[in-house]
Parts: sequence; C-alpha cells; structure tokens
Amino acid sequence: MKYLDEYRDARVARGLIADIAQRATRPWVLMEICGGQTHTLMRYGIDELIPSQVELVHGPGCPVCVTALETIDRAIQIASLPGVTLVSYGDMLRVPGSHSDLFHVKAAGGDVRVAYSPMEALKVARANPQRKVVFLGIGFETTAPANAMAVWQGAREGLGNFSMLATHFLVPPAIRMLLESPRNRVQAFIAPGHVCTVMGYREYDDLSRKYRVPIVVGGFEPVDLLEAISMLVAQLEQGRAEVENQYVRSVACEGNRPAQELMDKVFEVCDRKWRGIGLIPQSGLRLRAEFAAHDAERIFDVAATTTEEPAECISALVLQGLKKPVDCPAFAVRCTPEKPLGAPMVSGEGACAAYYQYRRPTGKQG
Amino acid sequence: MPDDRSTIENPTCPAPLPAGDRILLGHGSGGRLSAALLREVFLPAFQNPALAKLNDQAVVDVEGVRLAFTTDSFVVNPLFFPGGDIGSLAVYGTVNDLAMGGAQPLFLSAGFIIEEGLPLETLRRVVGSLRAAAEAVGVEVVTGDTKVVEKGKGDGLFINTSGIGRVPAGVNLSADQARPGDCVLLSGSLGDHGIAILSQREGLEFETPITSDLAPLHSLVAAMVEATHSIRCLRDPTRGGLSSTLNEFAAQSRAGIVVEESAIPIREEVKGACELLGLDPLYVANEGKLVAVVASLEAERVLGAMRSHPQGTNARLIGKVVDAHPGVVTMRTCLGTSRIVDMLAGDQLPRIC
Repeated sequence: MKYLDEYRDARVARGLIADIAQRATRPWVLMEICGGQTHTLMRYGIDELIPSQVELVHGPGCPVCVTALETIDRAIQIASLPGVTLVSYGDMLRVPGSHSDLFHVKAAGGDVRVAYSPMEALKVARANPQRKVVFLGIGFETTAPANAMAVWQGAREGLGNFSMLATHFLVPPAIRMLLESPRNRVQAFIAPGHVCTVMGYREYDDLSRKYRVPIVVGGFEPVDLLEAISMLVAQLEQGRAEVENQYVRSVACEGNRPAQELMDKVFEVCDRKWRGIGLIPQSGLRLRAEFAAHDAERIFDVAATTTEEPAECISALVLQGLKKPVDCPAFAVRCTPEKPLGAPMVSGEGACAAYYQYRRPTGKQG
Repeated sequence: MPDDRSTIENPTCPAPLPAGDRILLGHGSGGRLSAALLREVFLPAFQNPALAKLNDQAVVDVEGVRLAFTTDSFVVNPLFFPGGDIGSLAVYGTVNDLAMGGAQPLFLSAGFIIEEGLPLETLRRVVGSLRAAAEAVGVEVVTGDTKVVEKGKGDGLFINTSGIGRVPAGVNLSADQARPGDCVLLSGSLGDHGIAILSQREGLEFETPITSDLAPLHSLVAAMVEATHSIRCLRDPTRGGLSSTLNEFAAQSRAGIVVEESAIPIREEVKGACELLGLDPLYVANEGKLVAVVASLEAERVLGAMRSHPQGTNARLIGKVVDAHPGVVTMRTCLGTSRIVDMLAGDQLPRIC
C-alpha cells in the first residue's frame, strides 16, 4: 500500500540501522513522546535492532494514560445520570476510574456509545433531542481541532442538548516539565508527528535552544522512527541542538493554520493536571467561556472524588521515561490488560500495554 | 496515596479496576475475557470429556458412529451486509464448526428470536437466504423454534443454529494435537468479513467495496482430509481472528507457534481500512477461512489440495509449531525481529457474527 509499504521496507530499515550504528560512538538516551510511536517501536522490535548504546525511553504521549482520574470519575458520574448519552473514543471506556469504568456503566444500563469522531456525537444529539448528549473530548493537540469543530458546529446549530467534557493536553509544556526535572536523563526527543501535523514545529524551537536538546519530528512507521533516531544521533554526536522534521510527508513547519484558528476560537490554554504526574502549568486546553452552554464541566454539577491509588503501580515513572514497564514488579503478573493497575496497561497507546502485547516474558502470559 | 498529592517529584498512580460483577461486551469478543468466562463459569458447570476438548464441535460416539455436534448463535448487526446476511451466516457458521471437526454436515436446527415490529418482509428474506444456503451445502433444517420478544428487548433478529454431522473413519482433529515441527497453513486472506460488517455499520466507503468472505468450508475440509490423515488441528478464525485461533492451538497443545508476518495474506483494501480504523487484521473476524496444523511431511500435499479448491486458492504456509515458549504465539516481523501475537483482551469490534 502506498505511503505504508515503503516505510516498512526491510532493506531501507537495515540501511538506517547501519547509519545509526556508524554514527553512535557514545551512549545516548532518546525519548519518543507519542504512545503510537512506542507501539511501533515495540511491535517491530526496533529497540533490539539499534545499537545498545542508543537507549529509547517512552514519553507521556498517551492521552488515555494522562487524563486525570477526576475527569474519568466525572465522565462516569455523568454517564450514570438518567437522560444522558455519553459518547467517547473506544479506549476511554476501559480506563479505570476510582471505583468503576465506563464499560461497567454501560453494562449497568448507562447509555455509553463509542465513536470514531466527535461529529458522530452531534448526530446523536440531533437525533435524540430529549437526551443530553456528552462527548468525552480528550487528547493532545491532535484531536483538539475535531473536538473544537464539534463544539463550534453544535453552538452554531443551537444544539442545546450537546456538550463536551473537554480535557486537552499540550505537548511542549510536558517536554519542558521533563527537562526541568532533576531526574531527567533524556538527551533528545522524537516529537509527535500527528501533533505537529496540526501545530507545526516552531513551538519546539525555544525548548531546543534553551535546554540544548535536539528534537526531530517523527512519523509512526518503522522507517520513520529509524530515520528520526538516526537524525537525533547525528545531532548529538555533532553537538548540535536543532528542531528537524523527518515526517515531511505530513508535517509542515507552520502546521495546519485553519485547524489552529478553530482551536483558538473554541479553546483557551489552562493549567492541567496529568494523571499520576500532577499539575503542569499552561499544559492544557479548556472550552472558552462563550461556549459555556456546551461545557459539560459547567452543565453537570458532579463533585470530583479523591481516591486511594495502589502503591505498586509505577506508571507515573513510566510516563516520564524514568522506568520501563518491565521494571515494574507487577508487570504481567498482577497488572495485565484484563486487570490493569494503571492506565498505561489499558490504552492502545500505553507503554505498558505495548510491552505486554509484544514483549512480555513468555513464561508469564495471563 | 490520594491522587491530589501527585507532583512531578512525588508521582502517584491510577487506581485498579474493581473486580467485574457484570457481563461486559468484551466477554463476547472471542478473546481473553471470553476464555475467562468459559473457564470460570461454564466449564466447571458441565464437566465432560467431549466438552473438555474445547473444540468448535463435540465429537461423540453413538453406537459406533462418530457424530459431530455443535451450536452457534448469530446476533450480527446489520442483518444484511456485503457478501451475505444473518440467514446464510447462521447456516455457514454452524456448517463450518462441524467441518472443523472433519465432519460432513447432515442436519441443522434453527431457532429465531424476533423483536416485535420486525418487518415480515425482512424475516422472509432471511429465511429465504437461510434455505438457499442450506440447499447449497446439502444440509436439511429439520427442526426449529420461534420466539418473539418485546420491542426494545432484541435487536431485530437473533438466530441460533445447531448442527449434526458425521465424522469419517480415520479423521481425528482437535486443537490440542499440534506438535513441534508441524506446519501452520492458512486458506486465504484475512479480515474481509469483519471489515465488510464494520464498513456497513459505520457507513464507510472504500474505492473497492469490501465483501464478506462468508462461505461454507466443508468441501474444502473434505478435500484436505482426503489428501492426508496427518491434519492435526483445524479451526476457522472467526471472532477474535487469526490471533485467537493460533493462541488457542498453542495453549491447548502446550506448544509454541511462530508465524511469518510477510506470509500472511491480507488484501490491500482490508489493510487500508484497518490502518484507517486503527485495527489489527490479525484480530478481525473471518467467516470463510480456516487455519490448519499439519505434520510437516504432509504440508505440501495438503497445500496442493487446498489450492486446487475454490475456497483455498490463496492458501499459504504461514508458520511452524515449535517447542520453545509453549502456549505463546510469536511473529517474525518484516524487519526480522520477533514479537508476541497476543490474544485480544477485550472487544475490538462491534458484534460481527
């Protein structure tokens, strides 16, 4: 298939692996931000193909993993209210809240539906004017334009029964948080290609300059990632710290302007709490006050709950690249996709799920 | 530690999922949750040697005649889809379950659970299709039942079919018989049925329309068992896809399986749809394909028999049974690395069969 097969080509991949081996003379620690990239690395065993002195650690770019427990709990409470239809992306349904998850709400009779796009929630709202239809709008900059479009369209149509529980996260503040941490080991980043398709990559220039860290915007296929790794190793070895773009077939320097304008109309930047990590200033997007009529957080008066978290789960350390999933004593033993201790074992983009799915010790399968 | 105290330097972690006390959709996915339900609820209740084999059909001996017996329920939505409908599916699904035991299908029952308000014309079309499918296979529907449930208590129409077939002498197929060194064969391309259903449900359109591979497999199986008696395991990778079938073989035979990514045929349009929808074709349902484990010396002969049959023209050798990592399926990727092919944990697709 065009745009896929050539990026999974074994011959090209071998050439890039040879480049990396030739370039890397010292140990380097690289982080891929996006969970989709983590899955490609695990699925194709790329970390085993590159020289061992180039270490790959996995970043916090799994939206399902970092969405705050309070948001999940709030969604669960809203979905449990009579007359409410909650529409969500599929993998949010299995994320554990304090006491339940959305699958269990659905099994108990709640009207919880899976959609591929927030625009489907608008359709549900139009077709069911007597129900309050709420879209669980989470994600990074990638899903923000579509969510913004749904709210903007809902407002334009005066769809009073449509609202969004919007919890967006921004990548650059998370990279800053990682670099500011005294425990940071990461020396270079693969920036998330889909986020940059929307936002472009100029906003990474300051980070690269200030912290002297190379950043390469990378795609999601094996050849994309090997090329991005090769570019980062070249920068590190040459003592350069620049922002470069490997994913040129999708990402333009300035990003997608109309998408950014729409996001700006509908959302404003806010402080955001990341699950397991804590509050990161100016790291989120929320609905602007003029869209209050469609803001589920304002419409539904449900109190946030606090909860006891299991001490054993190390997902916060995994999300910051400080530990690998296999470093966790619970991994594949007490924490499995069926009985996850933490969100990274649940999500299709979670690092623990990637390791479990493709790489767990074969004596330990559940 | 309360989540509120999370900081960058003092991170905390998410809470566990409480033990489930209700049936979730994932329990019907054919993956791990389904297996757990079987293990924890059904098997302890009905212990007997035929059931314990965990095959798609039970083979029982009745006064010297070996009968295969199976049952299956069909809840597909939509009722009509490109390449078939719930009526033909209800026949071929059960016929294929019999065929995977090497049996020649003989008789079917058909039970209809109908939702109040279903247009009579819809029911007539489904019954007509069911009859045509039964005639095509050469099985008779010899008994049946109808129930009507209140509007809102069903989804239009559910059908259950049970089937009886005769297992020829010398044929002995079971998912627990894979041995290291055996070859794994696949009869054709993966994912057509699941993607056809999903595109119909979601209103997705592709340049080349994707049609379900729904087909009866009994005559392909007959050709295979005629070629050799060295077929050890046979299963059609329906719900849960190829990955579930391979994992079942590996677990029940206590052997490892290694498959080659590049050897597994997937049509371009199915590959494209899977990329678009974020699905892995290894987990997508098929309704007209089978996976066979065959003694290696006989593999070529069986492949030849498969390829000369219309349902197996695209048959391939996709992997080997190994003594390493018993119970686990691995794949050699196109880059030459190895990864686990896991069983589906929950539900990947809406109801598809």
